[in-house]
Amino acid sequence: MATASSLRAAVPATAPCAGLRSTSAASSVRVAPAARGGRGRLVAKADAPSSATASKSDGHELLLFEALREALIEEMKLDPTVCVFGEDVGHYGGSYKVTKGLADMFGDLRVLDTPIAENSFTGMGVGAGMKGLRPVVEGMNMGFLLLAYNQISNNCGMLHYTSGGQFKIPLVIRGPGGVGRQLGAEHSQRLESYFQSIPGLQMVACSTPYNAKGLMKAAIRSENPVVLFEHVLLYNLKEKIPDEEYVLCLEEAEMVRPGEHVTILTYSRMRYHVMQAAKTLVNKGYDPEVIDIRSLKPFDLHTIGNSIKKTHRVLIVEECMRTGGIGASLRSAIIDNFWDYLDAPIMCLSSQDVPTPYASTLEDATVVQPAQIVAAVEQICQ
Amino acid sequence: MAAASFTAAKFLAPVAARSGGERAPPLPAGASSSSFARALRRGGAHHPRLRTALAVSSDVLAGNKAQAAAAHPAVTREEALELYEDMVLGRVFEDMCAQMYYRGKMFGFVHLYNGQEAVSTGFIKLLNQADCVVSTYRDHVHALSKGVPARSVMAELFGKATGCCRGQGGSMHMFSAPHNLLGGFAFIGEGIPVATGAAFAAKYRHEVLKQSGPDGLDVTLAFFGDGTCNNGQFFECLNMAQLWKLPIVFVVENNLWAIGMSHLRATSDPEIYKKGPAFGMPGVHVDGMDVLKVREVAKEAIERARRGEGPTLVECETYRFRGHSLADPDELRKPGKNYFPISALLH
Repeated sequence: MATASSLRAAVPATAPCAGLRSTSAASSVRVAPAARGGRGRLVAKADAPSSATASKSDGHELLLFEALREALIEEMKLDPTVCVFGEDVGHYGGSYKVTKGLADMFGDLRVLDTPIAENSFTGMGVGAGMKGLRPVVEGMNMGFLLLAYNQISNNCGMLHYTSGGQFKIPLVIRGPGGVGRQLGAEHSQRLESYFQSIPGLQMVACSTPYNAKGLMKAAIRSENPVVLFEHVLLYNLKEKIPDEEYVLCLEEAEMVRPGEHVTILTYSRMRYHVMQAAKTLVNKGYDPEVIDIRSLKPFDLHTIGNSIKKTHRVLIVEECMRTGGIGASLRSAIIDNFWDYLDAPIMCLSSQDVPTPYASTLEDATVVQPAQIVAAVEQICQ
Repeated sequence: MAAASFTAAKFLAPVAARSGGERAPPLPAGASSSSFARALRRGGAHHPRLRTALAVSSDVLAGNKAQAAAAHPAVTREEALELYEDMVLGRVFEDMCAQMYYRGKMFGFVHLYNGQEAVSTGFIKLLNQADCVVSTYRDHVHALSKGVPARSVMAELFGKATGCCRGQGGSMHMFSAPHNLLGGFAFIGEGIPVATGAAFAAKYRHEVLKQSGPDGLDVTLAFFGDGTCNNGQFFECLNMAQLWKLPIVFVVENNLWAIGMSHLRATSDPEIYKKGPAFGMPGVHVDGMDVLKVREVAKEAIERARRGEGPTLVECETYRFRGHSLADPDELRKPGKNYFPISALLH
C-alpha cells in the first residue's frame, strides 16, 4: 500500500479498493445519497455494483458508539476467531459502551476483561493474532496505549516483516482519543501523530456512525494491524445507517461536500468544525470542497489528488499537534505529488504544541475553531 | 563429571557476606510438611489460590549421580542420544557463529548460547510440533531444538534469502511458522506477552472453537533471562497467565549476568522462582546445567499446562560461557564454575 511519503511514481492511478470485492457474506454496498441525507454524497466509483445504489429499506438510526458495537457484533457472529481484549470491556460493557452486552452474548473469553497492563495485553493480542485469532484490542483512552508503544511498534508493526512474511498480525487497536471537554492534558492526546511512522501499521479515523461501522468491519477483516481512531466527543452522534450489511474501504477518503474553490482535508472531529465553517463560507460566496481523509496511513492520494487538480488550493485542518502531525505528512505528500497543480501554498491548521489545558477557554484556544478555518480559506482564496 | 547442585542458599551467601548482616532463612525446600506451607494453607483459607501456591526449591534429584541414574530409568538410550545430539548441535552451531563473526562474515549483534544448552534441550525436546516457543535475542539454539533446520538458521545469520526469515530478521528475530517458533525478540520482556497471547489462543481454540488436540492444550514456552525478571512485562504476564490459567511455562534462564550487570546487584530478591507463588503459580528452581534435571522439571510443568492447570515459573540456574554478545568485552565476570552440561550428560 502506498505510504504517506510515497514519491510521485507511487500515486495510484485508480481509486483505492478498485476491483476489490469484500469477502464472505457482505457485498460492498455503496449507499445512495438519499439514505445518507444532507449534503454528504459519495463519489460514485467505477466498480460500484449498480444494483446496490439504492437501499431497499429505510435504514435505522443509531449513535456512533452503537454503530461500532453493531459492527463488532456482526463480525463476532460471522467469525468465531474475532475476540475483544481491554479494560472493562466485558462485565462493565466498555467505558464508552461500545462493548455493552457483548460478554453476555459471546462469553468471558471472547470478550476478555484484562487487568490494567496495556503493554502486555496488547502483546497478547499480537501473539494471539500470530496463532490464528483476530483480536480487537481496546485502549480505554487512546493515550493509555502509549504504554503499549513497545508492543505496537516492535511487534504489531514489525513482526510480519521480521518473520519474513511468515506471520500475520490481523489486530485491530481501537479507542477514543482527541481533545474532549476538559479532560486534562493526559486524556486529551492524539496518538495518530506518534503512530504514523511505525512501519507496518495501518491507521484510520472514523467520524460518523456510517463510517464507524464500515471501518470497524473492514479493520477486523483486514490481515494487517489497523489502528482505528475514535473520538471522545463523537460517540453520541446520531445518523441513519443502512440495514444491509456494508464494509467500507480502509484506504479510501470520503467526499463530504464537493466544491470548486478550495480543497479542505480533515478527519475525525475537525470534520464538524470544517462543516460549520463551510456554512459561513457558503454565505460569503465560497464553494469549499470538504474531504474527510479517513485513512491516515496510507493517504488516499487518488481522491485527494483529483480534488487538488480541480481546486488548486489546499487547506488541511487537523486536531493533532502541529509538530510532526498528520498534516505535516500530508503536506509533504501533496508537495511531492501535486506541486504543479497548486496555485497557493498549502495551509495547515493544527492544534497548538502544548499540553491541553484544563480550563475550557484555554482548551478551546488550543484546538482549531471554525472562525480560524473561515479566515484561512479567505486567505487562501485571495 | 558430576554437576554439583545449586540451591537457593547459594544465592544468599554472597549477599549476606557483602552486607555483613543476617538475612531471613530461605523458604524451605519441599512443600507439604514445612511449617511455612502449613501457614500458607491456614492463612490462605479465604484465598484459595494461595493455598495451592508452593515455592519449591528443588534439586529434583539429589546431588548423587548414582541416585540420579536410578531415579530416572525412563531416560532411554535413544532419548539420551537425542538429547546429546541436540546439545552438541547447539554448541557446534554457536561456535561456528563465533568463527564467522570474527572472520567478518556475520554482522550486527549476535548472542551466543554456549553453556546453556541443557535448558533448551531439556525443555524443547519434550514439545510437539503444535506447541510454541518464544525466545529472546539469544535464540539460535531454541530454533535448532524446535526443529528449524540448521542450514535455515545459519542462512538467516548470513542475511540470505534462503534464511528462515528471508534474511529480514537476522540473529535476534528467528521465526518459523511450521515449527511454531514465534520469535526472536530484541527488547527483553517483549516476547513474554506474545507467548502469553499464543497460550491464550491455545485455550481459546479449546474452549471457544472446540478444537482440541489429542494430548490436551497446546503449550507455549517463554524463554527469557534474569534481567527480564525485573521488567514490568514479566510481572504483568505472570498475573494474566495465572488469572486465566493459560497453558504456558515461563522459563527463566538465569545466567546471573545481564551484559555486565550481576543479577545480585540488580534484584532486590534474587530468588526468581519465589516470584511464581506471589502470583499463585508454582515456582521451581532447577540446576540448568544438568539436562536430565531440567527435563524432569520441564516434563511436569508442560504436563500441568497441557492438563489446563495453568502456568509454572521455572528458574534454571545456568551460565553462559561467552560474553553477552560477540561484541561484549566481558571483563566483569569471573567464571569459577566448572560445569559442562554436555559432558555431564555423557557420564
